[in-house]
Amino acid sequence: MYLGKVIGRVIATVKNDVLEGKKLLLIRRLPSGPAVVAVDAVGAGAGETVYVCRGREASFAFKPEEVPTEATVVAIVDYIERE
Amino acid sequence: MIIARVIGSVVASQKQASHEGKKILLLQPLDLDDQPLGDVVVALDAVDAGVGDRVLAVQEGFSAMTSVGHTDSPIDAAVIGVVDLVEIE
Repeated sequence: MYLGKVIGRVIATVKNDVLEGKKLLLIRRLPSGPAVVAVDAVGAGAGETVYVCRGREASFAFKPEEVPTEATVVAIVDYIERE
Repeated sequence: MIIARVIGSVVASQKQASHEGKKILLLQPLDLDDQPLGDVVVALDAVDAGVGDRVLAVQEGFSAMTSVGHTDSPIDAAVIGVVDLVEIE
């Protein structure tokens, strides 16, 4: 998984049927990575720090639905403890 | 598997059910000289590692899920060991 900041949304009218009703979020990988599109599984919104599960496992967030995603927002970060 | 340093922990109250009750760790992957190499990774903890520990981590779904006891869950990385020593010949 990796940390990201939600920087926007992607609207797509034409898409895979299983993606209907799913929120597509635009995520900037922290600290300064590329922007990626991830499917939201936790109700995240713009400005929030989140972490993203990648790969085949990303679709397991929606079990038993089989959602074609390779990146899913699986948690909203409250805070990070560092030393 | 990679060797990494635990540099922090993540607190998230709104998350996938399969991540509940697990420590969520921030890992900085290391090279063989213990220097940072690559991007920071978020991983679930399967061995009770803590900040400052040098650990062994997996970055693949099946091994990550089984190590924390949640199959079919959105988990792609886990800490599966605390490194005592690395011997390089």
